[in-house]
Amino acid sequence: MEVVHSIKPILAIAVSLLAAGAILGFRDRANLRDSVSLIAAVVKFLIIISMAPIVLGGGTIEITLFEILPGVEFAFRVDALGMVFATISSMLWIAAAVYCIGYMRSLKEHAQTRFFAAFAVSLSAAVGGAFAANLFTLVIFYEVLSLVTYSLVYHRENEDSWHGSRRYLVYLVGASKTFLLAGLALTYQLTGTLDFMPSGLFDGVAASPLLLSVVYFCYLAGFAKAAIMPMHAWLPAAMVAPTPVSALLHAVAVVKMGVFCVLRVVFHVMGVGLMDDLGLGIATAYLVSFTIITASIYALTRDDLKARLAYSTISQLSYIILGAVLLTPTAIVGGVVHIAAHALSKITLFFCAGSIYCASRRKNVSELAGIGRRLPWTMAAFFIASLGMIGVPPTGGFISKWYLVLGSVEAGELVFLAVLLVSTVLNAAYFLPVTYTAFFEKEKTGPVGDGPDKIHPDDIREIPLVTIPLVVTALLSVVLGIFPDYFLTLARGIVP
Amino acid sequence: MTDFPILSLIIFLPAGGAGVLLLVRGDAAVRWTALVFAVADFLLTIPLLLAFDTTTYAMQFRETAAWVPALGISYSLGVDGISVLFVFLTALLGWICVVVSWRAIDSKVKEFMISLLVMQSLMLGVFCALDLFLFYVFWEAMLIPMYLIIGVWGGDNRVYAAFKFFLYTLAGSMLFLVGILVLYFQGGETFDILVLMEQTYPFEIQAWVFVAFLIAFAVKVPMVPLHTWLPDAHVQAPTAGSIVLAGVLLKMGAYGFLRFSLPMLPEASHAFAPFILVLSVVAIIYGGFLALAQDDLKKLVAYASVSHMGFVTLGLFTFNAKGVEGAVLQMFNHGITTGALFLFVGLIYERTHTRRIADYGGLMKVVPVYGVLLAVFTLSAMAVPGTNTFVGELLVLSGAFGANKAIGAVAVAGAVLSAAYLLRMFRQMALGPAVPIGGRQLWDVNAREMAAILPLVVFVFWVGFYPKPFLEIIRVSVEHLLVQTQVQGR
Repeated sequence: MEVVHSIKPILAIAVSLLAAGAILGFRDRANLRDSVSLIAAVVKFLIIISMAPIVLGGGTIEITLFEILPGVEFAFRVDALGMVFATISSMLWIAAAVYCIGYMRSLKEHAQTRFFAAFAVSLSAAVGGAFAANLFTLVIFYEVLSLVTYSLVYHRENEDSWHGSRRYLVYLVGASKTFLLAGLALTYQLTGTLDFMPSGLFDGVAASPLLLSVVYFCYLAGFAKAAIMPMHAWLPAAMVAPTPVSALLHAVAVVKMGVFCVLRVVFHVMGVGLMDDLGLGIATAYLVSFTIITASIYALTRDDLKARLAYSTISQLSYIILGAVLLTPTAIVGGVVHIAAHALSKITLFFCAGSIYCASRRKNVSELAGIGRRLPWTMAAFFIASLGMIGVPPTGGFISKWYLVLGSVEAGELVFLAVLLVSTVLNAAYFLPVTYTAFFEKEKTGPVGDGPDKIHPDDIREIPLVTIPLVVTALLSVVLGIFPDYFLTLARGIVP
Repeated sequence: MTDFPILSLIIFLPAGGAGVLLLVRGDAAVRWTALVFAVADFLLTIPLLLAFDTTTYAMQFRETAAWVPALGISYSLGVDGISVLFVFLTALLGWICVVVSWRAIDSKVKEFMISLLVMQSLMLGVFCALDLFLFYVFWEAMLIPMYLIIGVWGGDNRVYAAFKFFLYTLAGSMLFLVGILVLYFQGGETFDILVLMEQTYPFEIQAWVFVAFLIAFAVKVPMVPLHTWLPDAHVQAPTAGSIVLAGVLLKMGAYGFLRFSLPMLPEASHAFAPFILVLSVVAIIYGGFLALAQDDLKKLVAYASVSHMGFVTLGLFTFNAKGVEGAVLQMFNHGITTGALFLFVGLIYERTHTRRIADYGGLMKVVPVYGVLLAVFTLSAMAVPGTNTFVGELLVLSGAFGANKAIGAVAVAGAVLSAAYLLRMFRQMALGPAVPIGGRQLWDVNAREMAAILPLVVFVFWVGFYPKPFLEIIRVSVEHLLVQTQVQGR
């Protein structure tokens, strides 16, 4: 296996950190400040994609900075799993950067500088986590992400965001302090290192099965960003954040960081072999299946569009983990590709929710009757993204679901096949009515909803800077369905 | 370098400064003179650290002179990897204390600075002494300036707090003295610490001496249930007093365990270890809950301190390398982080004259620099990855899991509490809408205050990301300590 030593991983992380500094520096010049965001997003994506050929060819890119503790270094290693996460989050930052500018300006939001700076640091943290070569480095970036996004969740600074952000912090920090710290301490105690290994850090470590299972569940609960029930309640609470935050962070970067960490633990800390021997794979599969179904049912009952999307996210994240813990090569490919598929579709859906809000100040599904005529591009994109969530060809969601279904058959676990099918039906049940309401129900005349700031139907129109990114991401979700090779190749590279 | 009495110089330079202060007139001149001596003392510890040989556990920079030969008392100094770190910490906090007292102390400035400098000399003496008698002299003498600092420049209830502090520590010291005398007579009528370490004492003797030492050190640490003097002392003490108390004085108890209990009384240490491990997790959890219940900012930090010191004693009595290294590192971290938190309490109290957490809100908007720096130390006290305390806590917990899984699990549960009370405090104080506090105009951190804070920020991240140099300093000494406890103990 080819190992390349390069400073590129650090550059990729540093770009957005430097951008955050520049954003703070240009706080009085909005245009310059927002261009910095956009340029940094493009540069970051280019740096990351320039590393892709080596990783696609089965190699890794490594750089070690210094030793933290004996057996623990501050080090980065770009491998296939990290590349999946880094590619998707940096690519979507470009779309989100454009979208943010349109969204924040059309709503005349306050504290835009703080917003853009925190956004940029979040991206550094996400990519830093993706490229981390060991648990210590990973956890540093994981915590940075929790803390920086706190300011974004609390952005509105009103009563709701005060309580929402509190729950956000209590869940994420509480879980990591309780479980993650225990997991790390036990791992370090048992193995003397925290490095990720291709066949698992615990591979060949003599320890009782019970203890290893405890360590595993510490990680599973500690990485609460993955939102496996019952560690999920922070995610709906985080919806008090402005929509671009919900879109990029709570549909892509933050939640995928959680899922990514769980996948790291499954593949490179516990190792596929050990997961299988201890029966942890199946145990986790049941746990996430419960999450998949329950969260879908919650989503059905939510009228607030963002809340519905949030519960849908909880459910879809567990798809990814389900794929991983089934432990068969096909299922793993399905789970990993779903990282990209879900990201593209879900960011589109959140962008649409934000677009609807910017254009009309409406938040609830029941208020959307006939809005499709006013916002045709937005609602068309919403429809395409819904198809992606349901898993209809030719979207990326179809590819991942195909592999997931195939994988569960391959694993001989038909229960999970049933779970996937039932949840598909549920997905359709909570997404398609939105499109139906928007396009086929008659627009209500007169003022809609209860807010005084609701915009009159005749004044509702698309906002270009908001609509263009969401059309692009919707198209990308189809492109992924037609050309899934990049992610498929990476996903196959994860399983030894 | 070997012949130059650098330790004596470091120890007595502040006291010399105190002597010079007697001749200085005018508050401004007094402040500057004190600062010059304190900074000079700190600068001296830097070559000390650089010249320190990390490959040997032997005492370095030795100085020996006969004092009372008839009784086996000598003036004997030296540092190993454990004590050299605390010499550095003491000197660092020393000048920071002078800086933060610049405006906070406006009456009897000269007397205050003299107390502070004398205090510093005595603390440095404790860490360098290699003669038990000399150690005891420094240890006891420390009480006097600390008593004055709290009793003269403290808050409204200062006399009560100072008296309580004095009584608790004095009671402990009496037992300490008895223990020392037992060792003296059993160990061949010498006070030489290195010689006393070589002796083996019968288990019965060890046990009694251990109990005496335990009470003496437990008061200092402080360990639950002997901690009740601490919140009173902290709340009443002026900022510099709190910093010295939290940053250095609390370390004395843990240092006592390291220097005397573990190496001299290994069998008793092993026998009592389960008891101390339990007391440690009780301190972590009970201190955490007490901190959670506080409405007074300074009390919150004080109880947090009790909880954090629980991790130190926990690590010490795991008897494995990770645990003890973690404990020593955590002692250093605690000095930095808790010292800084008291500093921040002092800064805001100077501006608002209230310590009620509920009186605050939105400091991030009013005084943003203060808010951001407070966030750094709050995160550090919470042991967030990337900060100093995380490294220490990870090592201590690893060690604890190695020693006893159940104790480790309970300690982890206690660690969560720190996140709870610190986040509650920070959210209430720094976030949310800005509230007018007593109708006062607040001003942000000024250059003088910044000078005191920045070095502490540096150490938060330095130890957080690159603790290697610190761990290298203590490693060999800790390994030797473990040999001393293992070989004779088992």
